[in-house]
Amino acid sequence: MSTFYFIAFLSIFFSILVISAKNPVHSILYLILTFFTFTIHYILLNAQFLAIVNFIVYMGAILVLFLYTLMLINLNKESEPVKPFMVKIAGVFGGGILAVALASSLKLVAASNPVILKNPDLGLVKNLGKVLFNEFLLPFEVSSVLLLSAMVGAVLLATKDPKTA
Amino acid sequence: METADLIFRIVLIVIVFAISLVVAMYSTYAERKVAAFFQDRIGPNRAGPWGILQPLADGGKMFLKEEIIPTNATGFLFIVGPSLAILTACIGSAVIPWGKAISIGSHTFDLQVTDINVGVLYIFGVVSLGVYGVMIGGWASNNKYSLLGAIRAASQNISYEISMGLSIIALLMLTGTLSLKEIAEQQHSWHWNIIRQPLGFILFIVCAFAETNRTPFDLPECETELVGGYHTEYSSMKLGFYLFAEYINMFISSAVMATLYWGGYNYPFMDDVAASLGANPAAIIGVVVLFAKIFLFIFFFMWVRWTIPRFRYDQLMDLGWKILIPLAIANIVLTGIGSTLLTHLGY
Repeated sequence: MSTFYFIAFLSIFFSILVISAKNPVHSILYLILTFFTFTIHYILLNAQFLAIVNFIVYMGAILVLFLYTLMLINLNKESEPVKPFMVKIAGVFGGGILAVALASSLKLVAASNPVILKNPDLGLVKNLGKVLFNEFLLPFEVSSVLLLSAMVGAVLLATKDPKTA
Repeated sequence: METADLIFRIVLIVIVFAISLVVAMYSTYAERKVAAFFQDRIGPNRAGPWGILQPLADGGKMFLKEEIIPTNATGFLFIVGPSLAILTACIGSAVIPWGKAISIGSHTFDLQVTDINVGVLYIFGVVSLGVYGVMIGGWASNNKYSLLGAIRAASQNISYEISMGLSIIALLMLTGTLSLKEIAEQQHSWHWNIIRQPLGFILFIVCAFAETNRTPFDLPECETELVGGYHTEYSSMKLGFYLFAEYINMFISSAVMATLYWGGYNYPFMDDVAASLGANPAAIIGVVVLFAKIFLFIFFFMWVRWTIPRFRYDQLMDLGWKILIPLAIANIVLTGIGSTLLTHLGY
């Protein structure tokens, strides 16, 4: 349990650094550390497959692309637009309301009934595969269609318009 | 965990770590000797007999050289870059099974640091993490050539990771497990996976060349275009770490290829050897066989480096996206059809 609290502290600490870092590249590097602490959370929950997939897909691929883009665009103080004061106030207000809503809904969930897994080995690859391809086959396949549509959209954006080219 | 087991694990970690460093050190020597052989030269021959102390001299030079951190570099990240490169290179060896279990007295000890049941994916994750060392170092140098090298490394790494993953999927369809220990056990005596997955192996080795930044895919450090690539601004041991990480990566990827496709520590007639010599000597012979395979692969890496010229960048991307990925998908389909037919026919 103390490990969980330590890792949870680190997750929150690094995610605060993500939004407070001045340099966007530093911000991404803190985000990488945050995702790494998530990987440790998954391992603590015995969800090994999820942990390693989080490691490969988020840390190894998506954030590399983030870093890649941020290194190429020139983000410095001169080109950064200065936001008006009212927008900042509105942002703080909206964020505060979201935090209150989340806290109250979480309190309701925790009070009713804590979820206890019947099978603690559920997160292992074999069990996860069996559950995905038997019980949740339809949602699994539908989500792959979602990915396909995103891919088609990306290809459509990347190809040149025949009229303008 | 028992105390004896724990002590054995710690000893094994130290040994594996030491072996990877020594192999990496002598790979630099081997590379220069192999290059000399291919170019009809003699190679390093002054430090010690046959130049065998050359890596020590090189290492001493790396330690004693002046440390230079450029004024405009991001100080902390400039140091993090090479440290991360060497760290990710070293942690990959944790899941490789180096040999069969050895029994001392009543205890049996696995010659593997840890057998996690997602071993193959762990290797894959470590490989994908390896690019951060190059990217962070290249960006923190605050140099255009370094940044270009870092960007090339990132895009190359991501592109070839896809076909590498797809080529492993075909292998996993046959093995049915992600644990490297079980994959090695399945390839008993001569039943090596290369027989069932020749195309998958070719795809995997091409991707391994790209992931370790070796020629013909060494565009991140292409000296004719980018001075030194991502390590242009580095000097002393920080440069040494980058170069060292490349050789350790080569060693680990050779070990992975040997384990996944070439039988790992298995060798033909291993049961006869075990019957006549006993289990422990047979296991040690297995370790030697695994290392022989690894050294052959390292030699292959060097052979290719001094034979094939470097690709152009667009050719590299074309090869990755238009040739390797379709081939890897075709390999998955073929493997699926083949294994279904074989089970249907009753093999």
